[in-house]
Amino acid sequence: MNAAAPILATGRAPSLKAVGMTKIFGPLVALDDVSIDIPAGSFHALLGENGAGKSTLVKSIMGFYSADKGQVLLDGKEVSIRSPRDARAHGIGMVYQQFTLVPCLTAAENLVISRADAPAVMDWKKEKKALDAFMEQMPFRVPLDAQVSSLSAGEKQKLEILKLLYLDQRFMILDEPTSVLTPGEADEMLGLLGDMAARKEITVLMISHKFREVKAFCDGFTVLRRGRFTGSGDAQSATIAEMSQMMIGDTELRERATRRVHNENREVLELAGLFAEDVDGANVIEAVNLKVNAGEIVGIAGVSGNGQSALVEALAGQRPLSDGAIRIHGQNFFPRRAAFDKFKVFGLPEEPLKNATAPKMSVAENIAFRGFDKPPVARFGWWMSPGPMRKKAEELIARYRVKTTSPDAPIETLSGGNVQRAVLARELSGDVDVLIVANPCFGLDFASVSEIRSQIMEQRNRGAAVLLVSEDLDEILELSDRVAVMSGGTITYVSKIEDTDRNTIGQHMAGH
Amino acid sequence: MMDSAFITVLIAMLGGAIRVSTPFMFVALGECLTEKSGRINLGLEGNLVLGAMVAYAISFHTGNPWIGVLAAGGSGLILGALHGYICKLPKVNDIAVGIAIMSFGTGVAFFFGKPYIQPSAPRLDAIHLGDWTGNSALAQALQVNPLFFVGIILAVAMSWAFANTRWGLIVRMTGDSAASARAMGVSVDWVRFLATAAGGFLAGVGGAFLSLYYPGSWNQGLSSGQGLMAVALVIFARWDPIRCIWAALLFGAAGAIGPSLQSVGISQGYYFFNAAPYILTLFIMIASARSKGAAREVPGELSITK
Ligand SMILES: Nc1ncnc2c1ncn2[C@@H]1O[C@H](COP(=O)(O)OP(=O)(O)OP(=O)(O)O)[C@@H](O)[C@H]1O
Ligand SMILES: [Mg+2]
Repeated sequence: MNAAAPILATGRAPSLKAVGMTKIFGPLVALDDVSIDIPAGSFHALLGENGAGKSTLVKSIMGFYSADKGQVLLDGKEVSIRSPRDARAHGIGMVYQQFTLVPCLTAAENLVISRADAPAVMDWKKEKKALDAFMEQMPFRVPLDAQVSSLSAGEKQKLEILKLLYLDQRFMILDEPTSVLTPGEADEMLGLLGDMAARKEITVLMISHKFREVKAFCDGFTVLRRGRFTGSGDAQSATIAEMSQMMIGDTELRERATRRVHNENREVLELAGLFAEDVDGANVIEAVNLKVNAGEIVGIAGVSGNGQSALVEALAGQRPLSDGAIRIHGQNFFPRRAAFDKFKVFGLPEEPLKNATAPKMSVAENIAFRGFDKPPVARFGWWMSPGPMRKKAEELIARYRVKTTSPDAPIETLSGGNVQRAVLARELSGDVDVLIVANPCFGLDFASVSEIRSQIMEQRNRGAAVLLVSEDLDEILELSDRVAVMSGGTITYVSKIEDTDRNTIGQHMAGH
Repeated sequence: MMDSAFITVLIAMLGGAIRVSTPFMFVALGECLTEKSGRINLGLEGNLVLGAMVAYAISFHTGNPWIGVLAAGGSGLILGALHGYICKLPKVNDIAVGIAIMSFGTGVAFFFGKPYIQPSAPRLDAIHLGDWTGNSALAQALQVNPLFFVGIILAVAMSWAFANTRWGLIVRMTGDSAASARAMGVSVDWVRFLATAAGGFLAGVGGAFLSLYYPGSWNQGLSSGQGLMAVALVIFARWDPIRCIWAALLFGAAGAIGPSLQSVGISQGYYFFNAAPYILTLFIMIASARSKGAAREVPGELSITK
């Protein structure tokens, strides 16, 4: 491989066709005879609700899963892809929904080792020079010598995409590539990929929940619903209404909850001078001061990696505070289970599969985490009866429309969006005084997004104090009563939503 | 008077550090390699004892102790490969298998080792580094077995290889994130199998040092748990080969406190000082586990940290 200028390789973009793909997980038919046709040089969108089978389809194409039926044709010829390594040999690369970078290696090491022809002994001087030359041509940079575990989610995502370009993979599958990028970064990256596709250098298949991106950058689209093909067409001529119709069928969308005006201003949550450190003892959050009133949503905006996740961890008791105090109704709040119950604090952290569930335990058990030691699930605080637990879980699964094969399935087998719903079902079903949510709609389809935002708004209207940490500025603008901007580990700007606008917030996010 | 006694103790500790540390070094380096690939092999004590027996027997039969060393490595390789193979089977726990391998290795060694307790086999020669000093204590302390240097070179080589070779990166990748390794088409089981076998080889060589140099004979009480201790040293050294060497040296020096105090006539608390290495390890473990950087250096796939 010519490491110096891979993106300029003018290989012909391949076309890819998958025919009759079927994949069965135990009792669940995740893919039922799905076909997809992507012409060479196309920028194709794959759409569908959470759990529709989009990831399953592309993972079957990649050889990550072996499909029970179906074949893949590359440039019209049938190819047999049994493992991701075969896919790579055919020039098919993918960015997975979960990161596949190795946390303990540096960015440079991750790139070089991913090459099929990685040298047995690395000449780091030469490799670095080649990498620098490669980075020169890229629209965005990632610090090459940083350990991946120290990169922010946004940087990791960029590195994943850089890796495909670096490996010169001409058929690219991107599973929700822009969810962690700022809109500016996303547009820049998709624009670049779109141009390359237009020059027939690459072909792109992108899974996305964002119609805006699909309309702006894609030329074709295919829609799945519950494991079946429900339509395809030209992304430019089809309307958003047509596409969403194919995605959700005739189900009615829930009415968006509206902001109720009230004149409560009891102060509920107070963050007083919070400090927390990272492993090296450097401050990740410093002097965070913020108050949240009852019936108010305070949105914390910021570019990922500016201390938001550390703040949420500190509030959830996952990260010790080195200084400062959290107060609720004027009383000191120490994030322990008993205190969470006493003050009625609930939360949805980011990456809920990692931060808010026990992945190998069942959906029912995970839903019972807040109440397994209280009636009706438990008697005397320790005697647990599975009956009521299951009943409660079934009820919540139905109410929050969690798509799972059964309440007893391990929660890790659920699609990303459904894990989120299961956690929300657990956290919102009780009486909520304080709600802490981080990126609640990350990776959700539009129907779920509007549903979850409605739920959050309803909690606010009911009088809960809501702290919403989000990297999605649109979400903050839509939901918040007040906006705070976090930059460099501290809050640099607070304003009422009606006194500010997207530009002002954006400038503070960029650190000006 | 006090001064010269103090110097004698120091010299004895230096000699002790060099002599006692070598088997720790090899076992720790072997374990370090295995754990870097994401698997724990607690069975290295078995490799060590079996290696000691095989080395002694082969040296006795061939008359060449270096062939004995290689054979010991070979026996360790086989035990390691066995561990690696069993762990490839579904639903097998590496820690449990390790404990089984430990008993198995020691058992096999005792079974075949009976006839070699009496006879005397050719030993490994030391390099005399201190003769020019004219100080007999120092000269004795500086009699160094070549394996000591082999261990140090190996540690440097490993640490270089982890950062600069494809194999090194693949081992670290497998140890940190099996899912990423698989997505890259690396066979995780195969990498771990090889790493466990290679680690077993090193532990076997460590055993050869015990029977062919210091203490320098074969009997059933030869190892006093060095193989297990070395596993702890790896954690203490935070999965860094160079730090493994320092840990082994420190441990060896601490182990020499008791005997060297005795050599200058202080025999009070002899047993207490013999426990020094363990107490020391305990304290250093506590101190290092509290350090905030520790968590970041653990290979993500180890079953103890998951
Ligand atoms: N390894 C697995 N074992 C069992 N069931 C699975 C597995 N992977 C996925 N599923 C199920 O298959 C269905 C489709 O999941 P998939 O991940 O393909 O959805 P998706 O369209 O990518 O959704 P999202 O937008 O949330 O990522 C889901 O119901 C999911 O629970
Ligand atoms: Mg998916």
